[in-house]
Amino acid sequence: MSKTKSTVSKALAKNIRRNFVERLIEWALMLSGLIAILITFGIVFILVTESIPFFEAVSIKEFLTSTIWTPNFEIKNYGILPLVAGTVTITGIALLVAIPLGTITAVYLSEFASHKLRETVKPILELLVGVPTVVFGYFALLLVTPLLQKIYPDLPTFNMLGPGIVMGIMIVPYIASVAEDAMRAVPMAMREGSYAMGATRFQTAKTVVMPAALSGIIAAYILAISRGIGETMIVAIAAGQQPNFTFNPVESAATITAYIVSVALGDLEHGGIGYQSIFAAGIVLFIMTLSLNILGQWTRKKFTERY
Amino acid sequence: MVKKQEIIKAESKEFNFHYADGTHALKDINIPLYEKRITALIGPSGCGKSTFLRSFNRMHDLYPGNKYAGQIILYPDNTNILDKKVDPIEVRMRISMVFQKPNPFPKSIYENVAYGLRVRGENNKRLLDDKVEEALKGASLWNEVKDRLQDLAYNLSGGQQQRLCIARALATDPEIMLFDEPTSALDPIATVNIEELMSELKKKLTILIVTHNMQQAARISDYTAYMYLGKMIEFDETDIIFTNPSKKETEDYITGKFG
Amino acid sequence: MAINDQNIKDLNAIRKLIKQHKKNDSIFAGVGLFVIATLAVALLVLFLDLVIDGYPKMNLDFFSNFPSRKAEGAGILSAWVGSSLVLIVTFFVAVPMGVAAGIYLEEYAKKGWFADLIEINVANLAGVPSIIYGLLALGLFVYEFGLGQSILTAGLTLSLLMLPIVIVSTREAIRAIPVHIREAAYAVGATKWQVTLHHVLQYAMGGVLTGIIIGMARAIGETAPVITIGALTFIAFLPPSPVTDVVPFINFAWLDAGFTVLPIQMFNWISRPEHAFHINAAATGAVIIILTLLMNGIAIKLRYNIRKKIKW
Repeated sequence: MSKTKSTVSKALAKNIRRNFVERLIEWALMLSGLIAILITFGIVFILVTESIPFFEAVSIKEFLTSTIWTPNFEIKNYGILPLVAGTVTITGIALLVAIPLGTITAVYLSEFASHKLRETVKPILELLVGVPTVVFGYFALLLVTPLLQKIYPDLPTFNMLGPGIVMGIMIVPYIASVAEDAMRAVPMAMREGSYAMGATRFQTAKTVVMPAALSGIIAAYILAISRGIGETMIVAIAAGQQPNFTFNPVESAATITAYIVSVALGDLEHGGIGYQSIFAAGIVLFIMTLSLNILGQWTRKKFTERY
Repeated sequence: MVKKQEIIKAESKEFNFHYADGTHALKDINIPLYEKRITALIGPSGCGKSTFLRSFNRMHDLYPGNKYAGQIILYPDNTNILDKKVDPIEVRMRISMVFQKPNPFPKSIYENVAYGLRVRGENNKRLLDDKVEEALKGASLWNEVKDRLQDLAYNLSGGQQQRLCIARALATDPEIMLFDEPTSALDPIATVNIEELMSELKKKLTILIVTHNMQQAARISDYTAYMYLGKMIEFDETDIIFTNPSKKETEDYITGKFG
Repeated sequence: MAINDQNIKDLNAIRKLIKQHKKNDSIFAGVGLFVIATLAVALLVLFLDLVIDGYPKMNLDFFSNFPSRKAEGAGILSAWVGSSLVLIVTFFVAVPMGVAAGIYLEEYAKKGWFADLIEINVANLAGVPSIIYGLLALGLFVYEFGLGQSILTAGLTLSLLMLPIVIVSTREAIRAIPVHIREAAYAVGATKWQVTLHHVLQYAMGGVLTGIIIGMARAIGETAPVITIGALTFIAFLPPSPVTDVVPFINFAWLDAGFTVLPIQMFNWISRPEHAFHINAAATGAVIIILTLLMNGIAIKLRYNIRKKIKW
């Protein structure tokens, strides 16, 4: 009797120790998961606290409505609009290039290409998504802009057109890849239904597959816009760093991201208004991209829930 | 065995089918489809009955590597619809299909039914309206949806969606309609609706149906083919197949000793 | 025979119609192929241009020289050493944390608001522009924590960027493992952690590795966040060596050192007006491109192999 009892208690003791270790591990894992929340919290916290002194010096009204941004001049002006205008213009040019080309590529790969071609092109697209943007900046400044100057000699060395086009080329693989995934996710039964009615490939793609994948395709566009807005190196290298309230693509202008880079490259005086201003600009950038990302993910989720 | 006055609408002759992976799915199939009659294909899973049905509108062409051999002749114009020179789209414009699971497009009820006509380049609103109404009536769906034709098709019940797919197939006045286990995803009441509908439809066109459900074949079809392992074992009038089959295998399957 | 005639007439109409529709098919197919071919050619030209421009600099001296005011003798020694050291930090921070978070979300977290909150955060972090991470690092690591503009700061910054990639790929790899594998392990009396460590993590390793490689490739090319924390663009010295000849043979003084990285070196040379520096920039760009394409290529190949090989 006593012998059985002691083995039982030994086993129990082992169980308790094992359970303790198991709990410990679970806690450690959970802490790692918590990091994701902490990072988001950290971003918001730092952006807000570092820019509070800035907004004590500059009114939010001036910040949001003034069209002059001259932090380095004698008379300092802090109106974010010129930076927003630069960001919007360059992203707009990029989308004009990327949306048509990306969509055509996606439709072709998903509905027209042979299995072999698709299996070759798809990995290359994924590969291109990983090309560092500083390299695209090199192309914009030293290759595409000189080329554009041959057609339009008045184009300044720093302009929005060149980087916009290069950014577009950079985004094409992203849109193509995400939109193609969305179209592939449309069930084959839907295509068969269309082909069974005597539809051609193009008719099926245009009138059945694309509408069915629409929210997935739009999510690709939205996430692409967010990428364009957040893109830094191409514009910092090739668009110039002069804040300029203009939507004219052949002028030079700075984006929000380019401004942050230009300040960071100079001598940062910790606590100075120049230092604080990049966090204020960062808030605007963060809000713009965050809302687009949430919208994009929500759209994509709606799409995946359906299929 | 076959009544003299029957007209043959289509006929498979020494038809063989190979899937891209090399599977010899259909072996020397000879089956006639009589005009304005319902022909049912029965047999255990994997016997090739769906493969056979899908050959009638060249669905297998969508997947590379599949091979047809032999003929499926469509009368009265004697077209071999498997001929490489015959465009699959042309075949599909003459022979329409209803699938196992309802597969409406993510469009309105109206646009679903009008799709086949739009594919044919028809944009006349008046004519489309008429045709959509006619097809929906033909599919006994009109009364249920006439007030909400612009609703998304997904909002319909499963049975209604399947009748919508029938209306979609009907709107283009096909010569033959193919049904691939059209009621397997539906409840019993919806199933009865569709069976009644088919009996109605055969007044106008020729029907080929694949079914898992032997009672269904017995209830609605005029002719039945029993298939097993890619071969056609027996073809005859439905009454004969179910009461007095000539082959032992057919009898075993019908009586449930096998399958 | 009336029916017959009718039919044949219809058929001719149908054939004409099909021919018309097929023309649209061919037009689109042509456009699609043209677009893909043009893109392929354009990108090929861009990359070739980079390699050809940089080719004269591609020799051992380039890798063993410090940057210099004279373009001819300048090299990327401090940049590639800096990049390597920063990546070591990034790797050791992002990989354990990312994998652990991935395991937690897939295997441990109960469905509920907490798991949802983490999930939403991970998804959003993946889309936050890299320069925002730079701002976070500038405020938090450089000034709040007082880590300065050091290798440690840069490594931590890039690990923030890499974290969501590792988490997502870990989760995907784990999700692909069917329940019955776990049940088999539980059935012989394994604890949850044993199941996770011996089975789930083992089978998910390929997918996790893919994510790690893609994340590292991204970290190599990232420029904006490293500029934002105030990395110097001109560095003509090396950090103290991580390996020493006295016990315990390693030291951590390098973590504190100033540094530069490959993309910043490239950026610096692009910004110079002299053409000779542009050649240096092209050569550096070629090095970066080859590294990242190689790493991404390996990762994508790995992923395709896993997808092909494993059929549960």
